[in-house]
Amino acid sequence: MSAFKDTMIITQRQLRLLTRVPEVLIFSTIQPVMFVLLFRYVFGGSISTDQPGGYVQLLMPGIFVQTVAFTLAGTASGLAEDMKKGLIDRFRSLPISQSALVLGRTLGDSLLNIVVLAVMGIAGFLVGWRPTSGLLNVVIGFVFLLLFGYALSWVGIFVGLSASDARVVQNVSFIVTFPLTFLSNAFAPTTGMPRALQYFAEWNPVSTMVAGCRELFGLENQFGATAGSFPSENPLLTSFLYMIIIMAIFIPLSVRKYKRSAD
Amino acid sequence: MKSVIAEDLVKTYRNGAVRALDHLSLDVEEGTVLSVLGPNGAGKTTCVRILATLLKPDSGHAMVGGIDVIKHPEKVREVIGLSGQYAAVDEILTGWDNLVMFGQLYHLDKKASIARAEELLERFSLTDSAKRPIKTYSGGMRRRLDLAASLIVKPKVLFLDEPTTGLDPRGRQEMWSVIEELVKGGVTLLLTTQYLEEADQLADEIAVIDHGKVIARGTSDALKKQVGGERLEIVVESQNIAKTMEVVAAISGNKAILDEGLRMISAPVSTGATALIETLRSLDTAGIHPLDVGLKRPSLDDVFLSLTGHAAEEKIEEPEVTGRRKKAKK
Repeated sequence: MSAFKDTMIITQRQLRLLTRVPEVLIFSTIQPVMFVLLFRYVFGGSISTDQPGGYVQLLMPGIFVQTVAFTLAGTASGLAEDMKKGLIDRFRSLPISQSALVLGRTLGDSLLNIVVLAVMGIAGFLVGWRPTSGLLNVVIGFVFLLLFGYALSWVGIFVGLSASDARVVQNVSFIVTFPLTFLSNAFAPTTGMPRALQYFAEWNPVSTMVAGCRELFGLENQFGATAGSFPSENPLLTSFLYMIIIMAIFIPLSVRKYKRSAD
Repeated sequence: MKSVIAEDLVKTYRNGAVRALDHLSLDVEEGTVLSVLGPNGAGKTTCVRILATLLKPDSGHAMVGGIDVIKHPEKVREVIGLSGQYAAVDEILTGWDNLVMFGQLYHLDKKASIARAEELLERFSLTDSAKRPIKTYSGGMRRRLDLAASLIVKPKVLFLDEPTTGLDPRGRQEMWSVIEELVKGGVTLLLTTQYLEEADQLADEIAVIDHGKVIARGTSDALKKQVGGERLEIVVESQNIAKTMEVVAAISGNKAILDEGLRMISAPVSTGATALIETLRSLDTAGIHPLDVGLKRPSLDDVFLSLTGHAAEEKIEEPEVTGRRKKAKK
């Protein structure tokens, strides 16, 4: 019970950052909004699709997934910063549950994602995104996105605990998330890629997430399915499996690393 | 009763290549202040981190507040307060936010956390800046808030790891008076410092450490006696140097030493103030009027030099310490 309370207090701290430094929210949404504008109005015109409602319908799920994928960087660099400042030492010297800090941070970052996704949803709506699957499915889609962000924040915890410097963490997270989001079906059809990349793109969790969201938002996933492979046929199921695998690996790994981080 | 006992602590890093603690033993009597004094890299921080349950020693054992640090770290955490070398508070949050958050993490309810936070802010003269983010605080204010955070539940044992490192003289002075207040209140305190003056000012007892072990231990006075008694120091005009040296040597019974640059003549004396008066009387008779005169007790600098063969503050720079801390995480 007290472990739960401790976790909630740490989560509250994460959320309080939002009210103390609202710029964080602005900066974490400005980049995806720029991507929306870039792909919608600059590249979008040359990507041919017979999607009713236009390219933007396919684009927005890609943007949402990319946005939550960047949770990894936020979690990791925030934690690395706390380590460097000695704040983690203080937490560790308190009579609190030792997992509360990492657990609270992942929850807090996921709650921040709700706000960020809400902003992105509104931005998408303004540039013409209109999901056709009904409110319930759209809500399920967003819950699905939040879960993915939550799973990835555990990778972020591990990266943050492993690295020595917040800037290194930023770079490492970028190197991990950038190829994952672009070697996928998020922005363009994978059919144009070389064969080897196509396989990678199809099994890429970002692609399965994007395909899954497209399905939930009532679209046919035009950008994947080159070979009728398992992930492109069952994107939601595959994504779920990925999330479970990520958490099964990184939760114990991160908690263990945190507990031993001083030795 | 001993509130802190450390016995034979050994801690190595990099698979034994760096020996941070080399069979270190010390203890602190309840209600007293022990200052662990040593240069950068001597093992002070490692020692505090072990006693505060942040680090496990390779061997040896430690008790804090009567509880075994290695076997029951979670119980130790309930009775200690720790304020680190790096101000460990959340910089984005306000002073108020921080203290309330830590209060809740010490399992006070919300109301009690707020009351305690306000009490501590008041006590450390931070009420006016309570609602400002920590990053706008001066170094001294930040340290005071950090210290406040470690006092939320009135710890039985308080660890302060280099509480004034990096502060300007004013900040240091403020910090000292805050710590002196605490000491009057009867807290058991283990304080590390690389400032000899600080140990002298705040501690009942001093443990001098170098290369991971205690090389001397005692009250400030006892340590100074270990190095030798007082010295008489007199500064005179150049033309009076020769005569003054004669006088001083006669009274001291030892050879007088001349520092030509300062025109300062000095010699060890055993009779203290009496020797000083005698010297002045003789000089007055000889028509010599000293520019400056004094009886110097050996400083802790002298103590350190004579114990270790090297000065205390000439060593490794800060980045080296961070480097070690990083290694420590691996």
